[in-house]
Amino acid sequence: MVLKELCALRGVSGAEAPVRDYILEKVRKTADHVCVDRMGNVIAFKRGAGAGPRRHIAFAAHMDEVGLIVVGINDNGLLSYETIGGIDSRVLVSKCVLVGENAVPGVIGAKAIHLQSAEERRRVLGHGDLYIDIGAKDKKAAEELVSPGDYVSFDSEWVEFGEGLVKSKALDDRVGCMTMLSLLEEEYPCDLTCVFTVQEETGLRGAKTAACAVNADAVIVLEGTTSNDLGDVEDHLKVCRVGAGAVISFMDKASIGARRLFEALKNTAREGNISWQLKKYVSGGNDTGALQTNAGARATGVISVPCRYIQSHSSVASFADIEAQYLLAHRFLSQGGEF
Amino acid sequence: MKNTLSALLNAYGPTGREDRISAVIEQMVTPYVDEVCRDAMGNLICVRRGEGKRVMLAAHMDQIGFMVTDIDENGFLRVAAVGGINAYNSIHRRVVFENGVTGVIARETRDVKIEAVAMDRMFIDIGAEDRQAAESMVSIGDVAVYVPDVAFLQNDMVTAPALDNRAGCAVLVETLKAIHTRNNQICAVFTVQEEVGLRGAKAAAFDLEPDFGIALDVTLCGDTPKGPRISVKAGKGPCVKIMDSSVVCAPVVVEKMEQAAEKAGVPWQREVLTAGGTDAGAMQLTRGGVPSGVLSIPCRYVHSACETASLRDMQNGVKLMAALLNATI
Repeated sequence: MVLKELCALRGVSGAEAPVRDYILEKVRKTADHVCVDRMGNVIAFKRGAGAGPRRHIAFAAHMDEVGLIVVGINDNGLLSYETIGGIDSRVLVSKCVLVGENAVPGVIGAKAIHLQSAEERRRVLGHGDLYIDIGAKDKKAAEELVSPGDYVSFDSEWVEFGEGLVKSKALDDRVGCMTMLSLLEEEYPCDLTCVFTVQEETGLRGAKTAACAVNADAVIVLEGTTSNDLGDVEDHLKVCRVGAGAVISFMDKASIGARRLFEALKNTAREGNISWQLKKYVSGGNDTGALQTNAGARATGVISVPCRYIQSHSSVASFADIEAQYLLAHRFLSQGGEF
Repeated sequence: MKNTLSALLNAYGPTGREDRISAVIEQMVTPYVDEVCRDAMGNLICVRRGEGKRVMLAAHMDQIGFMVTDIDENGFLRVAAVGGINAYNSIHRRVVFENGVTGVIARETRDVKIEAVAMDRMFIDIGAEDRQAAESMVSIGDVAVYVPDVAFLQNDMVTAPALDNRAGCAVLVETLKAIHTRNNQICAVFTVQEEVGLRGAKAAAFDLEPDFGIALDVTLCGDTPKGPRISVKAGKGPCVKIMDSSVVCAPVVVEKMEQAAEKAGVPWQREVLTAGGTDAGAMQLTRGGVPSGVLSIPCRYVHSACETASLRDMQNGVKLMAALLNATI
């Protein structure tokens, strides 16, 4: 399964090469023109069918995932780290990670409960309190295996469970990457550009340069987005719901979508009987923010897959929502990308 | 100026929903420019051809608003701020949607202190009976703005919710009417989405590749009782900005603007703002860099429903800009 393979690849922001190589191998077979820009973004172009003027629609998804980077090796052999992208320190305790190009296994430990004082038990451990243990007996032993600057990714198994749900790392945004790989397998009445960006999680950095390569009538970002649909969250604070369909956004912290495109995507979903929902809480931001403005004005939209526990070792999404993201994008293209 | 400003203040145009205000401005400026077009974000670009340097003038036409995010079973609308809405300022204010549906902003009163109220504890009451009735009038993603409510005060002062930045738009419209030479290429852009991060100006500046950029916007005043410690006073002339948190204005642009002010014989002030930003911040950093400056209209109570500014400052702003742009830059 393509998504399972994509999620297993290690691609923390700035070190996306394994994901890029996998994607390049696929898109070289399906796209008419493929290039990699100097930031490492992959830009794949596929001409539309037929002669005459055609719409040009671009999609974008980011290849990178959140992770850690080694910043120091302590005398006791434990590794200090910094985060890459937004990671809550509370989700890191007792997680398995892989360090550096050789994928050295490590675990992020914390003091056992028996040893904690009452106050320590109440206090949340911050990143400064946590270390990566690669089993090295001292600094010298650790230095033989890893170096400062090594990237650290989650070591997380792909698990299918419940009613059509999957748990994995990096669903944000390998789902979008997979959707674009599928889209490129067909031909449409409009031109299609698929942009696989780098370094989204650190501030939409790849998209800033990729914008210069995307001269399209519309840019639609395919994302994984936070759902916040569990527990005692009040209805109006739920962002979207896992299993309730592809998520169409009107606004987030980084962009306000083009209104006509927003309406066109809703209509496309309705007419195609594709399950969809609105992103109902203004939060987060994605590559749209950079693609909309960085190289002149672009009409933009966002279609997301809801993810629970996003930006953690174990994010959860629904296969039906992932399918709906593809179906909506596919139908929009099949109708010529009109809006 | 008064009529232009009134028409602009009464037009609906929150961030991301600028179609109506854009149409009003288009009608005003079309006789005075050679070309009018819109880009994919909705920036209204008005070109007056000429010799010499290309100058981008940017006045943002969007205003802050309230975007509907959820409708509950009793027909109350939950909202998110679009731009820098002060939640406390907006309680019990009247708002209106693009289609004329009017509502009032209220808040959850149980468990929430009024000083600490956040947007996600507030809602719009349009008087609808239930969810279905509300949904027939308003959709999720629609945006409400403060009801226009324009009033003219003593001493040529005007108060209204959208002076930020219809004041700047009015100055730009009147400036276009006052340019009679062809010494510069004028690209007057009524920009979108300034209030959420200078987004429209950023895109437009990339497309237009100007030699100079000048934003027209409002700025804060320090002339009210125990107000902010800044020197700007309403009614004492338009401001030539030196710096704010988005831009340190290019000295070459500041100098030209100050010379134009002297030439026009109008009162003017220098402005140093320690917070806030304008479209100049986006223009300046476009491509390889664009020397940029700002003409500011002093405005009290910015981002409230009773922003207050001086018509005289706007009129003098037009004279300053006309003196600047009629000469060769």
